[in-house]
Amino acid sequence: MSDILSIRNLRVEGRPPGGAYVPIVKDVSLSVRKGEVLALIGESGSGKSTISLAAMGFARPGCRIAGGEVWLNGYDIMKLSPRERHALRGDAVSYVAQSAAASFNPALRIGRQVIEAPLWHGAGDAATLTAQATELYRKLDLPNPESVGHRFPHQVSGGQLQRLMAAMAMSCGPDLLILDEPTTALDVTTQIEVLKAFKDIIREQGTAAIYVTHDLAVVAQVADRILVLKDGEMVEEGTTDAILHNPQHDYTRKLMAAVRPAPHLVDHVAARDADVPVLSVQNVTAGYGTVTILSDVSMEVPRASVVGVIGESGCGKSTLARVVAGLTPAREGRIELNGKQVEAELDARPREALRDCQMVFQMADTALNPRQRIRDILGRPLQFYHGMTGRKQADRVAELLDLVDLPASFASRYPAELSGGQKQRVNLARALAADPRIILCDEVTSALDTVVAAGVIELLKSLRDRLGVAYMFISHDLSTVASFADEVVVLYAGRVVEKGPSKAVFQAPWHPYTHLLLASVPEMRQGWLEGVADTAEARAASTGSVQIGAKGCPFANRCAKVITGTCETVAPPVRDLPGGLTIACHLPPEALPA
Amino acid sequence: MSDATDPIAPRASVFAGLRLTWTAIIAGSVLLFWFTLALIGPWIAPHGEAEIISSTTFAPIGEGGILGTDKLGRDVLSRLIYGVRTTMLLALVTTVISFACGVTLGFAAAILKGWFDVIVSRIVEAFMAFPSTLLALVIIGVFGTSITVLVLTVGLVLSTGVFRVSRALGYDVGVMDFVEAARARGEGTWWILTREILPNSMAPLIAEFGLRFTFSILFLSGLSFLGLGVQEPAADWGLMVQENVGGLFLGSSAALLPAACIASLTISMNLLVDWFQQRQQGETVLEKIDQ
Ligand SMILES: Nc1ncnc2c1ncn2[C@@H]1O[C@H](COP(=O)(O)OP(=O)(O)O)[C@@H](O)[C@H]1O
Ligand code: SF4
Ligand SMILES: [Mg+2]
Repeated sequence: MSDILSIRNLRVEGRPPGGAYVPIVKDVSLSVRKGEVLALIGESGSGKSTISLAAMGFARPGCRIAGGEVWLNGYDIMKLSPRERHALRGDAVSYVAQSAAASFNPALRIGRQVIEAPLWHGAGDAATLTAQATELYRKLDLPNPESVGHRFPHQVSGGQLQRLMAAMAMSCGPDLLILDEPTTALDVTTQIEVLKAFKDIIREQGTAAIYVTHDLAVVAQVADRILVLKDGEMVEEGTTDAILHNPQHDYTRKLMAAVRPAPHLVDHVAARDADVPVLSVQNVTAGYGTVTILSDVSMEVPRASVVGVIGESGCGKSTLARVVAGLTPAREGRIELNGKQVEAELDARPREALRDCQMVFQMADTALNPRQRIRDILGRPLQFYHGMTGRKQADRVAELLDLVDLPASFASRYPAELSGGQKQRVNLARALAADPRIILCDEVTSALDTVVAAGVIELLKSLRDRLGVAYMFISHDLSTVASFADEVVVLYAGRVVEKGPSKAVFQAPWHPYTHLLLASVPEMRQGWLEGVADTAEARAASTGSVQIGAKGCPFANRCAKVITGTCETVAPPVRDLPGGLTIACHLPPEALPA
Repeated sequence: MSDATDPIAPRASVFAGLRLTWTAIIAGSVLLFWFTLALIGPWIAPHGEAEIISSTTFAPIGEGGILGTDKLGRDVLSRLIYGVRTTMLLALVTTVISFACGVTLGFAAAILKGWFDVIVSRIVEAFMAFPSTLLALVIIGVFGTSITVLVLTVGLVLSTGVFRVSRALGYDVGVMDFVEAARARGEGTWWILTREILPNSMAPLIAEFGLRFTFSILFLSGLSFLGLGVQEPAADWGLMVQENVGGLFLGSSAALLPAACIASLTISMNLLVDWFQQRQQGETVLEKIDQ
């Protein structure tokens, strides 16, 4: 029997406060062999995380394992005592969660946390274990493997922390590794490095792995077999090859379609010259404390249009939105709403200016006050901006909920009683309550599953058509932006490196950075990862990180086409190309990647 | 849409759905018993607070009064019953004072930031640099022993800790997106404080209140024991321990009983707070795994 893990007819039940148990995982069976990667895919609520927790003999508070068997390394873990199970958990199974930041203690050095579990299990003394950990860092391609363990979690990037988390998980030499959406929160460029590192280390150590995700293109790169789940039930199971090329079930096909929405390459409606833009940002410089993040950023959002803002995390996308909203005042430059200049400071803006420009945040959860009912969350802007109270307010709240396709009965709920997608709709409804001319959407779909995110995008489109509202749509997910935006602004290290109509930006010629981003989006075919990780472009990109405040071209330390001697020192010229495209690069247009 | 509500969605209210454990039930019952006694004590106490009922001092349990007599021949049971009221009332008032100061200043520092935060934080740090008992001794030494001075002093000493907790809470909650959303809407400081930050700090503040209450009982009893707190002939548990310490050598339990009462009250409160915090943490763990 070479199965490391075998789950038979697993049933898990959950109980809402005060209610009766309802099934959340129904009769699921699976097995994972040594050296094999099994992917669990499905939307949130489909039971992926619940199953992977059950593989460790664990149920979330409020849940119970109601039936079935879980065999790990030949032990029936339901029959073990809690203490034996605990020992098994640290020794035989390891868990890597979506957010590495939540799993590290910010106050302790990374190296100490990595060796904590094996030390506790008596796998060796601190010096030996540290040496082993250093070896792991090296295998995971972490920079400075000797010294990275001395750093604190906040001193490394998100992608590095995620790999360190994997090092922590591997440090016990587990037989089974559970990876729960480990790259969902990462940039496409970082995702490649992390996926590659995971894949190599799994191969090398012959560990069995369960990979939980909703992204089929990622699965295509790492998994040997795929199990598709829906509402806690198995939809279909097969080899990666079979599922990708010959899906049997409609639901699987739907998931595949949602991964890469078709690019939106229509010619842009040429209304922009006629009207004053809703938002105009001119030569804005801004930052926090003494650091300057945005320098000399200019962009416009024409009426009733969608302008996408893309770039890796830390490039200043959120800062741009905050500057426009006044939350982080601009130091220099001009911001105009509907042709009228507004003050940089929030407090100095008149209420109409605030009303015209609303913001929707990335984390749907934290953007809603957990102690207020939806009715109050939506009612407040109605009262604040429009003086609407009582009956009229209640009617408008119902209308707003209807506008975002939620039932009116949700008015009496608390945010915790909604799913991620529903919360994001409420956030949108709160912005709409003001009757804004423009909504700043900061990564509004990034924390959502593909299928749910696709629904939110559809909603945004229909609202634009019905209400004529414009969006500044910030995202690191290029395919969503490509399918949705009329115009695109590419930010790198706080500067605009390329902008223009969507059609022009997503077609050759590209700015070298835009090209890197596009080339890093996983494709739904096996072997893509190995191919792309090997290109000169990807290698150059992985050597450096985003440098804010560089003298010449900010991308020079990661650019495969860098003109040594010029790019590092001289700020690149901004060139206007045909099709309304603007690119800031030293390369002449013919030499740009095409 | 296919995104169904998670069947184990966390609760919206601080107390809703808290599941009881045996520890919580027992600790809660003990506290309820003492609270009730504090309310109705004077009507059910067999004798008066300072009434001398017997010429035998330090009478053992069962002789004289039900629980014996103290160093002046007063009824220990009656003094315990009167004492619970003094002890708890004083602790409650000091805790409320410490919260009124600490929470207001702490949240104000977190929201206003800048020089206000720096100045208040430095002053609080200066206070915290002294051991709290020493600080209280100095203040009482200067202003004399009266109930008002006692309550204000202990309230002040305790408020430094409350300040730190509330300031940290204010900073944590203050950077949440929903607070940013309120700021972006144009809401003023008062709205943000009372509608956004305070309701979301309730759970840790309630736990903190429980702990400070315990601490102030111990602190006040300590001061009474040193003779700087409640003065005779009033009954206070800390004072009773001090009065009757001499009886220990005569085999009297007049000093042990109030000590046991203090212990039962503070331990119960601590257990209840522990239980409450664990339940709250259970919620956040659940939220983390859910993402
Ligand atoms: N409140 C803050 N204080 C200091 N630096 C910040 C703050 N918020 C963001 N930054 C820094 O500003 C840069 C840009 O961040 P951000 O605008 O959030 O980028 P993005 O949204 O593109 O990921 C990053 O280097 C980040 O570390
Ligand atoms: S200016 Fe130089 S470094 Fe910057 S993108 Fe162009 S070629 Fe690359
Ligand atoms: Mg951001």
